[in-house]
Amino acid sequence: MIDLPPTQLWAIILVLAAGTYLIRLSFLAFAGAAARLPEWTLRLLRYVPVTVLPALVAPMVVWPKATEGETDPVRLAAALAALGVGALTRSLFWAIAAGFAALFGLPELAALVAALPPGR
Amino acid sequence: MAEAAPESPPSAAEAPARARRGARRAFRDGAAISFSFMLVGAPFGLLFGAVATEAGLPIAETMALSIVVMAGAAQFALVELLADGAPALIALMAAFAVNLRMLMYSASIAPHLAEARLRTRLWMAYFLVDQVYAASIHRFTERPNLPLREKTAFWLGVGGPMFVVWYGATYAGAVVGARIPEGWSLDFAPAITFIAICAPMLRTLPSLVAAGVAVAAALALAWLPWSLGLPFAALAGMAAGAGAEIALARRGLRPRPA
Repeated sequence: MIDLPPTQLWAIILVLAAGTYLIRLSFLAFAGAAARLPEWTLRLLRYVPVTVLPALVAPMVVWPKATEGETDPVRLAAALAALGVGALTRSLFWAIAAGFAALFGLPELAALVAALPPGR
Repeated sequence: MAEAAPESPPSAAEAPARARRGARRAFRDGAAISFSFMLVGAPFGLLFGAVATEAGLPIAETMALSIVVMAGAAQFALVELLADGAPALIALMAAFAVNLRMLMYSASIAPHLAEARLRTRLWMAYFLVDQVYAASIHRFTERPNLPLREKTAFWLGVGGPMFVVWYGATYAGAVVGARIPEGWSLDFAPAITFIAICAPMLRTLPSLVAAGVAVAAALALAWLPWSLGLPFAALAGMAAGAGAEIALARRGLRPRPA
């Protein structure tokens, strides 16, 4: 439970807000100078979108916090579904739809199969 | 073409109207993409509202986090740590570490917005979240001659609707206290969004190499506290991608679609 005095709580929120905004603004504030960055920096920056998000996601997929770090087949399947459909269709929407279908559909399917009469 | 001469300056007169139409179209395109993000953002916001209020955070403070901080993963990290009784400083540092990736987004998008006025860049910075960054960098790189006005309109089109839904969902979650069934795995919603954002971008061999190295490094460094491995893993991936690009260029190969 969080039982901090309101003043301290608000101080934490405002510091986080200001700091986060400054992180976002950092290079944007000097956007004119950023256009003149050396070629090798621009080459590195081209790979920001395909490295930061995968690096953020990988541990979430393999060791989810919600299962206390235990690899979960449903989450793994949902991640692979989003990745596969996204790579094939090049569509953000279908990738999200596939991931969600697997995430919510697979447990339902498993429950359904488990409820089937044995010895079919 | 002598008859056409009197009509020659219409482009000057029509230019503002055409620019307005272009900006409106860019905003609509952005909003259409925003819709996909809402699919995930809404349940995730609901979850945040519910988790935060259940952790003992009053509604006003919960809303303030979603409005002035507006960074889902960092918000969860902060609430989780504070609820665990971690010192405020540690909780703050963890949240900042999670947000450090935005520094790289800022550096990566800045060259595309070089002509924007400072005032414009000041409000654009507020919307610099994973989804807005990823959708925009994709569009800006694919269309290098995009007018600035269409860039900012697209940016707002992706960010605006999504942010409003995030605020609303947080409020709904906080008020209803939504008893979310355990089996729903809503905690995984952001992971799916991030994968879905990335998958269509893995088009060239260097980008596949970059992503592969980043994933491997992130898993190897996952033992570090507060997601501190993330910036290092990302840098390793970026270096690998750039290296692969140079190696391909030396062999006279242009990075082709994978």
